[in-house]
Amino acid sequence: MMKKLTFLNPSRENLNLFILAGIVLFGLGILDTVLNSLFEINITSFLPRWLNYFTPLLFSFIGLHYIRIEFSGITKLDQLNKNINSNWFNAILSLLVIFILIKTIPGLLNWLFFDANFIGTTKEECTGDGACWLFIRFWITRFMYGLYPDAEIWRINAAFLMLIGTVITAFFVGPKIKKYIIIFLLFIFPFIAINLISGGNFGLVWVETGAWGGLSLTFIVSIFAMLFCFPVGMFLALGRRSSYPVVKYASIGFIEFWRGVPLITVLFMASVMFPMFLPDEVFMDKLVRVIIAITLFEAAYMAEVIRGGLQALPKGQYDASKSLGMGYWTMHLLIILPQALKITIPGLANTFIALFKDTPLILVVGLLELIGMIDMAKANPYWLGFAIEGYVFAGAVYWIFCFSMSRYSQNLERKYKTDR
Amino acid sequence: MKKMFKHLFSFFAIFAVVMLALGTESMAAKKSKTLKNTIKKGFVRCGVSQGLPGFSNADASGNWTGVDVDVCRAVAAAVLGDAGKVKFTPLSAKERFTALTAGEIDILSRNTTWTLSRDADIGLTFVGVNFYDGQGFMVRKASGITSTSQFKSGLSACVNIGTTTELNMRDFFTANGITYEPVVFEKADEVVAAYDSGRCDTYTTDKSGLAAQRTKLSNPDDHIVLPETISKEPLGPVVRQGDAVWEDIVRWSLNVMIEAEEYGINSSNADSMKTSKNPQIKRLVGAEGELGAALGLDNDWSLRIIKQVGNYGESYKRNIADTGILPTRGPNELWTKGGLLYVPPAR
Amino acid sequence: MNLKSTTSSISDFFYARPKLKYYLPQALTIFFIVFIFGYFSYNAQVNMDNRGIDFGLRFLGEESSFDIQFTPFVEYDGTKSYATAYLVGLINTIIVALIGIFFATILGVVIGISRLSPNYLIAKMSEIYIEIFRNVPLLLQLFFWYFAVLRTLPLPKDAVNFYDISFLSIKGLYVPRFIWTNGQLFLTSIIASIIVIFFLLKFFKKEQEQTGKQYPKFLISLTIITVLPFLTFLIGGVSLDFEYPELKQLSKTIYNFKGGISIIPELMALALALSLYTATFIAENVRAGIEGISRGQKEAAASIGLTPGQTLKLVVMPQALRIIIPPTTNQYLNLTKNSSLAAAIAYPDLVLVFAGTALMQTGRAIEIISITMLSYLSLSITISIFMNWYNKKIAIKEK
Repeated sequence: MMKKLTFLNPSRENLNLFILAGIVLFGLGILDTVLNSLFEINITSFLPRWLNYFTPLLFSFIGLHYIRIEFSGITKLDQLNKNINSNWFNAILSLLVIFILIKTIPGLLNWLFFDANFIGTTKEECTGDGACWLFIRFWITRFMYGLYPDAEIWRINAAFLMLIGTVITAFFVGPKIKKYIIIFLLFIFPFIAINLISGGNFGLVWVETGAWGGLSLTFIVSIFAMLFCFPVGMFLALGRRSSYPVVKYASIGFIEFWRGVPLITVLFMASVMFPMFLPDEVFMDKLVRVIIAITLFEAAYMAEVIRGGLQALPKGQYDASKSLGMGYWTMHLLIILPQALKITIPGLANTFIALFKDTPLILVVGLLELIGMIDMAKANPYWLGFAIEGYVFAGAVYWIFCFSMSRYSQNLERKYKTDR
Repeated sequence: MKKMFKHLFSFFAIFAVVMLALGTESMAAKKSKTLKNTIKKGFVRCGVSQGLPGFSNADASGNWTGVDVDVCRAVAAAVLGDAGKVKFTPLSAKERFTALTAGEIDILSRNTTWTLSRDADIGLTFVGVNFYDGQGFMVRKASGITSTSQFKSGLSACVNIGTTTELNMRDFFTANGITYEPVVFEKADEVVAAYDSGRCDTYTTDKSGLAAQRTKLSNPDDHIVLPETISKEPLGPVVRQGDAVWEDIVRWSLNVMIEAEEYGINSSNADSMKTSKNPQIKRLVGAEGELGAALGLDNDWSLRIIKQVGNYGESYKRNIADTGILPTRGPNELWTKGGLLYVPPAR
Repeated sequence: MNLKSTTSSISDFFYARPKLKYYLPQALTIFFIVFIFGYFSYNAQVNMDNRGIDFGLRFLGEESSFDIQFTPFVEYDGTKSYATAYLVGLINTIIVALIGIFFATILGVVIGISRLSPNYLIAKMSEIYIEIFRNVPLLLQLFFWYFAVLRTLPLPKDAVNFYDISFLSIKGLYVPRFIWTNGQLFLTSIIASIIVIFFLLKFFKKEQEQTGKQYPKFLISLTIITVLPFLTFLIGGVSLDFEYPELKQLSKTIYNFKGGISIIPELMALALALSLYTATFIAENVRAGIEGISRGQKEAAASIGLTPGQTLKLVVMPQALRIIIPPTTNQYLNLTKNSSLAAAIAYPDLVLVFAGTALMQTGRAIEIISITMLSYLSLSITISIFMNWYNKKIAIKEK
């Protein structure tokens, strides 16, 4: 029926007329919504309520209908039509998206930036219209470093700077020095880091692990768990592919067990059950137990990723190595693993991202990483009521790290796909 | 082949011997292991709450104060000579017992109720009562409820997980035929926040806890603690079962604090009491008798406690009365003044 | 030099004794495993003896003496045993997992398809959604929904009102309860109609293959499944009543809803967080599945005259499902495991009730945590077995 009412149908003849009419109508609809949401002015308030609600939609819809001229010859218009306006269904969807954005984004921006309080030091300076970022600024040291004594924070900074510095240099040096850097990172750096952060030797004040916390604890747990779960995962993957039935089934059992239980129960096991398994004199620090538990947990997932890489290698590699007389370990260390690990690097990155996202769970066993510290801060009687600011801040921090890491891993994946 | 078997056999033999040795070693040296470890470490490991004003609460610089804290400090003064040599570990209701049984802490001084099942069933021993309390309810003044008899079915109650409060609450509501909705959280802060936001209509825990947590609400004056007490809650320190010497040390450190108040000894006059005429007073300040040796400590142990931590009354006044949480002693008064504090004599 | 000669002499030693080479590592592995387990059990035994704790499952029969706030389907109060408490926790876990799976699937499919939409805005919005909700930890999302959002809901007195049938307040969502009379008849009628439809469809398929005749399958199935149960209302004596939630005043300011079914905010927050989070992964799987169908398939389908709708239904979706379903089943498994986060908010699932309250009241750490882990393990293994069976069934059989 729409087609019969030719004056309603856009066509190429009166191109400019239709475009003009379309833009005007579309603009009217947008204007109405903008005025409504930003300035609270209702220009169609004389209409009954539900009609008032839908007029912008109606206007813009008709406007888009007019603009929908196929092969108009104007490239920008054609692009717009193809992307947003290809048929009436798409037009409605696009309009809904645009209107929802117009209605929510200004409010969100207001709360986040324009009405928010950035400057000041006391709670009273938070006016309450927008986010009270003062809360974050006041507690930022605790969020970053937990209950670590203020005077010793330089030690955590030193350890992390050393790590970042080493990793960055690894990018810029040749492969020979790279090998030494990797060995340094894997074997020597952990000891340096532990001594720096924990203290007790070399004249550094001892800081017990219960005081570690905040974002630095998140990184400490993730990095250590990642470092240790890598060799364990590798052994499990090799074990699963082994020809010895005992080794194979033991590996399968181990992997399936850790993959089948939730991380929370693993953490409970580490904090509550595990001490019963140690003799009375031996006392293992809670953080150490938790890191061991997370390591074993992630090693099972890591094993599956590495196994995928091992399976992806053509059998010819195995045959060629064996024909050269290489034993099992020589073959794996020199030929198989280097290639397999290269394939699995994206998978490894994904496992690390998953591990990083899983670390907040340690707050249920009393280790206060970033979210745990935020919980503690928001329960402080003086600073009650800032839960949203705290969680938005934590969300932003985690999002930045996870997003960057996942982008990086996607790049790696693309790079290695073309490599082979 | 034969050689290899010989090697294997000797390896196993050595291994078995080592295992046995470790095993027997661990069973023999049980008597005062905690004491030995504490002296070796140089501090007492004390498990406390995550912040309960009056009982165990840390200020902004990390200093812990409270009556529960004072119990641990007394033990430190007795054993190590300095009441400051304590490491405090804040624990939720969930991890408190397992931290103790696992060996993460040596004393749990965390306003814990002494019950049969806890004493007998989970490998722990209660060594005394440092606060006699009872469970109560807190509601908003605006609700118009002034007594628990006005509770009606359909109420929602916020409570801490794994506490006697959870069980007592159930007993109380069932006995009164009221259907209720329990909302259980792990951290006390979450419970308080849930009650404050209106998620639950009433908050229940020990009355001392109610008084203390009220200070953490957004408008403390909007809430009242209902007068009824629905249970007995004797709160006291806990230690692991199986170390009798350590048990005695903690038990008698607490008892000495109470008995000192009974005899009028406090932190300021403790030294001068050494020349008192009363033999019991002299025993309490270590000027007479061999009480210290019986516990494996030197004889000044009780004097240090009284001087560095104070007697029970001083501790109570400092932490609970002067801070406005509970201005009167209530049942936590000496038996000579009509209260429940009656401890065995230190002699 | 020395190291090389020793290693080569070791490998020569084993090379000459193939049987030893085969059995020795396995024996060592077994020994190692037994050693570790034995050491742990020994220590556990010693520790428990010292503390006077005894090991065993006897506690399961003891009275639990605590109440649980959300116990659909099971009669539970403090006089029931710990075993019943375990059952309640397990059922609650399954409930939240099913709700989460349902919504996550719907949302994931919608977003996955939107991601591939030619409409630039829709595709971009889906991408932004996926990137935001995938990169924030689930625990944080859960805390946000529970503590920051659901806590700001109004008190029951000012609850959000949906036509007086259901209410949303800080204490939960209240919906009317269905009260059936002769409900079994209704249920049997539904089951009967499903069976009839199943056989009817098989018959139609056979007919179509033999004679090429097509029947309006959808219409006929729809009629049967609506008419038959409806008949039970008319002549079977089945009737449906609703129990509406009503606001009851418990005191001057305390109001609560009585009647109807209450969906506690803890359940809502958990289901919401789980659905939104898992939907991102399912969306990516759906997208990978649909993109994985080569263009040739769509072009070939068009060339034999199938409409786009038919192409989607007969050619694209069956193949896409083959790619989509295994990783999606994995996500369902992850969702079920992630539901254990209920322990962080007050939702009484298996971990909170059993490995939380029951653990603290009885102190039987080893037994309780082992049982909890075994429960999740059984769920995982069941789903894995199902997935393997499904994979084998739909695997393309090479001729």
